[in-house]
Amino acid sequence: MSKKYDAGVKEYRDTYWTPEYVPLDTDLLACFKCTGQEGVPREEVAAAVAAESSTGTWSTVWSELLTDLEFYKGRCYRIEDVPGDPEAFYAFIAYPLDLFEEGSITNVLTSLVGNVFGFKALRHLRLEDIRFPIAFIKTCGGPPNGIVVERDRLNKYGRPLLGCTIKPKLGLSGKNYGRVVYECLRGGLDLTKDDENINSQPFQRWRERFEFVAEAVKLAQQETGEVKGHYLNCTANTPEELYERAEFAKELDMPIIMHDYITGGFTANTGLANWCRKNGMLLHIHRAMHAVIDRHPKHGIHFRVLAKCLRLSGGDQLHTGTVVGKLEGDRQTTLGYIDNLRESFVPEDRSRGNFFDQDWGSMPGVFAVASGGIHVWHMPALLAIFGDDSCLQFGGGTHGHPWGSAAGAAANRVALEACVKARNAGREIEKESRDILMEAAKHSPELAIALETWKEIKFEFDTVDKLDVQG
Amino acid sequence: MPFQSTVGDYQTVATLETFGFLPPMTQEEIYDQIAYIIAQGWSPVIEHVHPTGSMQSYWSYWKLPFFGEKDLNLIVSELEACHRAYPDHHVRIIGYDAYTQSQGTAFVVFQGR
Repeated sequence: MSKKYDAGVKEYRDTYWTPEYVPLDTDLLACFKCTGQEGVPREEVAAAVAAESSTGTWSTVWSELLTDLEFYKGRCYRIEDVPGDPEAFYAFIAYPLDLFEEGSITNVLTSLVGNVFGFKALRHLRLEDIRFPIAFIKTCGGPPNGIVVERDRLNKYGRPLLGCTIKPKLGLSGKNYGRVVYECLRGGLDLTKDDENINSQPFQRWRERFEFVAEAVKLAQQETGEVKGHYLNCTANTPEELYERAEFAKELDMPIIMHDYITGGFTANTGLANWCRKNGMLLHIHRAMHAVIDRHPKHGIHFRVLAKCLRLSGGDQLHTGTVVGKLEGDRQTTLGYIDNLRESFVPEDRSRGNFFDQDWGSMPGVFAVASGGIHVWHMPALLAIFGDDSCLQFGGGTHGHPWGSAAGAAANRVALEACVKARNAGREIEKESRDILMEAAKHSPELAIALETWKEIKFEFDTVDKLDVQG
Repeated sequence: MPFQSTVGDYQTVATLETFGFLPPMTQEEIYDQIAYIIAQGWSPVIEHVHPTGSMQSYWSYWKLPFFGEKDLNLIVSELEACHRAYPDHHVRIIGYDAYTQSQGTAFVVFQGR
């Protein structure tokens, strides 16, 4: 049906607020938490978000009539109150699949969290969740290997992976750094990690680090009879440099590399994930800068969206916070997004912050990494929260052991295995945590000393970003 | 006064992956772990290998995987039979999960020499 051109400015809600619309299975759905400027009606704010993140602009334009905007426009189809917050509301928006380039997370985010976040009619805007249609998911590469393949490669079954970041974060020479890697791995860790800040600084150029670390990994593997690895951070200032580092890790026969996906960017990450898939390399993903984007309860992007985006862009392990350690993270919310990293179907569950059913189809799962301010006393809670398909990383909790990193590693390994054994035998590991750890310490002097060293350390602060519930 | 150090010397140990850092399990503790495998709906699998081959992906099957087997005592007697037949081999039990095509768990029950 042809329409006439009618120049001027129309209200957004005339075109983009469509409460009667029933979303299609192929639509990409988004839930935004909106806080409008005073006096602007909710429908107008919500419609503006739908318009500015899809086909609309502030004025009617003649060239709209060259296409069928009804086919391409985003639509706000539902508005809901935010429990406990009178000024904010949720806007649910449906975007037709053809608004997005196949397999491009970069493109999805450029649309959904682009200009609209600076829009004047809004005081705050937060992207709470995205429902990716299975039709879009099938166009994404996803994790280069996934949980099952990673377990088979590393020969680790029936328990979380155990790792740690090498400390101090900065300042060690390549050879000294490799020494610390060797100590951790011979002590019983499965994996060690480059700190995210370690790229290729003057005190330790990347090639120097890669060579010494490779020697350490191979030696520890030979001496312990177990499979070991170290996340070689390939994050670099150009894609060319990124690939050069990845190629060298492969040349050294290393099993896993690492990338910072937010500072590095989704385009770089997706490219590197594709390289990993082609080259049989595992990919560990760090999330520096995420808290800038996801911590404010009313503005930004919730981490569950960033986690979903990473699963689609590609990574075999992703940092998710610890719930119990030094970094922000509420338990229910964390469970909500680690489900979205690992499961093939995640139902809508507001008590976990999941606003939509999410079908992942055959996309492989991503290990949830818990890292930051955790020590042996946290082990029972970490196992209970994160389950087996996780990687628990103790930095200070390994190197801070009075006997050094190898003994710290052994203490963590004993504690982890004692907790897994107790859980399997039907014990309530969180309630009985003290008994389980003390029993295990009877045959491990390393664990006994670790328990003594960290007995008083707690990180008890209120969560800044809480789930929206009537309280 | 003689020098007394509080720092211990951590010696590297060769271990066999999951539960490698715990002392050998008692009969009852092994029963608990097998009961867990069965309760998860996983199929018990028994594998063995000469210690020189412990890092191979493939150890020899003892018979075939015990698909759908729920009898704890039968699994225990099969583990013992495998150990009797290959006394110098490592013997491990696996909880095989056909849904994920992965091992839900795996640990060594008898260590060979």
